[in-house]
Amino acid sequence: MSDDKITLEIDGRLCTAAPGEMIIAVADREGIVIPRFCYHEKLSIAANCRMCLVEAEQGGRPFPKPIPACATPVGDGMKVLTRSKKALDAQRGTMEFLLINHPLDCPICDQGGECELQDVSMGYGEDVSRFSERKRVVKDEDLGPLIATEMTRCIHCTRCVRFGAEIAGLRELGATGRGEDMRIGTFVEQSVSHELSGNIIDLCPVGALTSKPYRFTARAWELTSEPSIAPHDGVGSNLQLHIRAGEVMRVHPRDHEAVNECWISDRDRFSYEGLNSPERLTEPMLKRDGRWQTVDWQEALHAALAALQAPGPDRLGCLVSPNATLEEQYLLQKLVRALGSDHIDTRLRQLDFRSDAADPRLPWLGVPIAELEQQQGVLLIGSDPRQEQPLLAHRLRMAALDGATIALLNPYAVGLHHASLQLVAAPPALASELRALLKALGKPVQGATAKIGSRHRQIATALQAAGKAGQGLVLLGALAEADPDYSLIRALAAALAEATECKLGFLAAAANSVGSRLAGSLPHRLPGGAAPKRSGLDARAMLVDPRQGYLLWGLEPDRDLADPSLALAALRGAKQVVACSAFKSAALEEVADVLLPIAAFAETAGTFVNTEGRWQRFQGAVAPAGDARPGWKVLRGLGTLLEFDGFAQNNAREIHDEIAQACSRLTPDNQFGDARALISTTERPAPSGAELTRIGNLPIYASDALVRHAPALQRTPLAESLAVHLHPQQAAELGLTEGDRVRLSQGFDHAAASGAATAARAPVVLDERIALGCARIPAAVDGSDMLGPCIGPVRIEKIEA
Amino acid sequence: MSFRNTPLAVIQDVDKETLLTPELRAEIDKHVAKYPPEWKQSAVMPALTLVQDHNGGWLSRELMDQVAAYLDMPETAVYEVATFYAMYDLEPVGRHKVCVCNSVSCMLGGAEELMHHIEKTYDVAPGGTTADGKLTFKEFECLGACRHAPVVMVDKAYHECVTPDAIDKIIDDLD
Repeated sequence: MSDDKITLEIDGRLCTAAPGEMIIAVADREGIVIPRFCYHEKLSIAANCRMCLVEAEQGGRPFPKPIPACATPVGDGMKVLTRSKKALDAQRGTMEFLLINHPLDCPICDQGGECELQDVSMGYGEDVSRFSERKRVVKDEDLGPLIATEMTRCIHCTRCVRFGAEIAGLRELGATGRGEDMRIGTFVEQSVSHELSGNIIDLCPVGALTSKPYRFTARAWELTSEPSIAPHDGVGSNLQLHIRAGEVMRVHPRDHEAVNECWISDRDRFSYEGLNSPERLTEPMLKRDGRWQTVDWQEALHAALAALQAPGPDRLGCLVSPNATLEEQYLLQKLVRALGSDHIDTRLRQLDFRSDAADPRLPWLGVPIAELEQQQGVLLIGSDPRQEQPLLAHRLRMAALDGATIALLNPYAVGLHHASLQLVAAPPALASELRALLKALGKPVQGATAKIGSRHRQIATALQAAGKAGQGLVLLGALAEADPDYSLIRALAAALAEATECKLGFLAAAANSVGSRLAGSLPHRLPGGAAPKRSGLDARAMLVDPRQGYLLWGLEPDRDLADPSLALAALRGAKQVVACSAFKSAALEEVADVLLPIAAFAETAGTFVNTEGRWQRFQGAVAPAGDARPGWKVLRGLGTLLEFDGFAQNNAREIHDEIAQACSRLTPDNQFGDARALISTTERPAPSGAELTRIGNLPIYASDALVRHAPALQRTPLAESLAVHLHPQQAAELGLTEGDRVRLSQGFDHAAASGAATAARAPVVLDERIALGCARIPAAVDGSDMLGPCIGPVRIEKIEA
Repeated sequence: MSFRNTPLAVIQDVDKETLLTPELRAEIDKHVAKYPPEWKQSAVMPALTLVQDHNGGWLSRELMDQVAAYLDMPETAVYEVATFYAMYDLEPVGRHKVCVCNSVSCMLGGAEELMHHIEKTYDVAPGGTTADGKLTFKEFECLGACRHAPVVMVDKAYHECVTPDAIDKIIDDLD
């Protein structure tokens, strides 16, 4: 045995432990149960519930009093008794005190049946309370649409408070008052507005904090539990779906240390509400003479086939949601390619595809998710990590607390709960900021360069040091991907990574963005990542150069595409549009001719490949809504009806295995083919005159159709609506003030394609974090469908009242 | 939260020069200097005391928020401190504070009688302020001077072995 291990005895069992470990951690590892409320392995030690009192002796000398197992470090030769009379008496005593003020409302408490207090009181509580005085009552606070409170039940374990301080980085809850008057709350009425806030529901050992959307809808013992994978961001959080009578009642995290630890984001937790949305598409529908008719599947499939075959090869375009499963994406590309078209793409929010030829074989995060915490220097380019990837933002925060330098380059300063170095520049100038960083490193650069400031030097030095230590990372996020100069930005990012010896990484925007590369659902990739002889049209090209027919998979054309006005114009002009979707929407009903209902998240089996390249399979947990069918079955049906080869799989597993075989030699790889040449690509000039650059960021709760249909999330403070966020100085130059209503017009750059520029109306919001020359106008929200490219020139005119 | 970790610091986006008053900031800085930089929040208690004294004996939420911003700490953490300790008042108070200790020794020494006396004579309930705004009467947790119970703290002065007659005299001499 090595020197840094010590041995101790717990309940007569010999255990090994590292010095400094707490007794409870060793006991947990050994499977010895010690009751606890305040202790949580991911949180700091508070030792305030006193439930884990145990008897112990060290060196033959017993401790005079029972000691808290959560706050007592182990010692060599220590003997711990967790079930001795002394220990049990202490635990019973604690339990009696904890129950003094706890209401006896278990029958109407949502936590009933899965309550740590209830469980432990079964073991240690008395049948009859000796406390006959009045119990205290605590006034409830409204913590917003996600978390229900019943603070009278609170036992002051402070797990939620510590979660705020240590994990979320935002201390919204606190323990105010003293003694009997102590209470957990926000003190000032406010909604909790953190993207991980739902985790305090799991942390709460009693029924004080429960899920508001789930409240009073089911009992813990009526639920069955199925494992699943979150369908939103690139993390692929492991979930446990709780189901009753074929309906997902709530979602809990499933521990997976390497992916999501024991947390999930609110988006993953509450998006299930969208499954029961009245907007679900539940029956196949055909448009006949401009009116929608419900038809049976047979008729719908034949109509879809006719519509898909009619345009003829090369005149069919296929746009696929990057949240579609690997199996769906694989069969889709098979179908589209068998129909003679190479035009399939999942990169719906990308505008610049100039460097597709140089694409890495399988772009990924660059490091495993868990290793983000060990990075010493990270530069995020075009990324608002808390909005895009809440759990990766948490990992980066952990790195920052550990001393790492987190630097960001964005068109607006993003809100973070840790120290960071932020560079803010309007999108046309992002490239020159990167050049400035390269120049600060002493590298020769071409093209316009921003002035090198002290911050550039600071970032360059930090990245260099981190790179040298092998713990440096340059990450490209969703705002970079959406940039019209993405080719240039990522080429410069690659140059910067090389110059600093940092790794280069891509934040996969959606649950299966990485999967697209494996499934081959891209115009320049076949299954397994090989390049086809001839590349098809990318997501933008097939709209700029409209196709006669389109196949839309799992997307809403007015929300999920980089340039909704261009997309809608192209789709309106198309002769045949077949849309497979789990949701109906006005835009889909307008442009489509055939609507096929497909299963949503939790209703289909499939695989997601997360941003670190991890394949995660899941099974369908509930039946699809109405007459909807799992996507892969719909595609198999279409393929079989067309008598194409390769559509004879019996189940999703067989499709998965087929893809896995095709990808057996493909490993995550961020090496560019030939990107260096792209550095000389000239960038767009900044918009002139009355135009600003629109930054159409994707708000956290607008990311995909399922989230957009989840009502509770839409009521949180993080849900955004259409507004024009301007720097006060910028607003002043335009003669605008907070609350003014303006007319927005975009799309004149492709007016020829779309016929006319479109316009939307929105209020002005002043925000000092926005770069000058920009207007942050969120994408994928109500009204944004009237606008053009997410990042591009926008004209703003005041509407006189 | 625990003493093993440095506390959560929140860098608030305000110009510190605009907070409180220059004199208060200078006084608070003296206390901040006593702690390691990452434990700057430890100065929250003296800071609150200084701000409270400056504000006529009570703390408004705005003032607590300013202390939080000045010490780079979460507002909630300041509320926690201010609500925990009895010496901070979160509502406007009278010109003087009469704080009667209610802990065991004082209770045995006649604190209850003393409190009834104050309540009756000055027509003020514990926690309340007299109609003329002269004094705020507070029931206080242990003042830590059990040897000479009952103890009354009037503003910042301790008075020991206080009888009803003595307290009348003390109150008469105020202002």
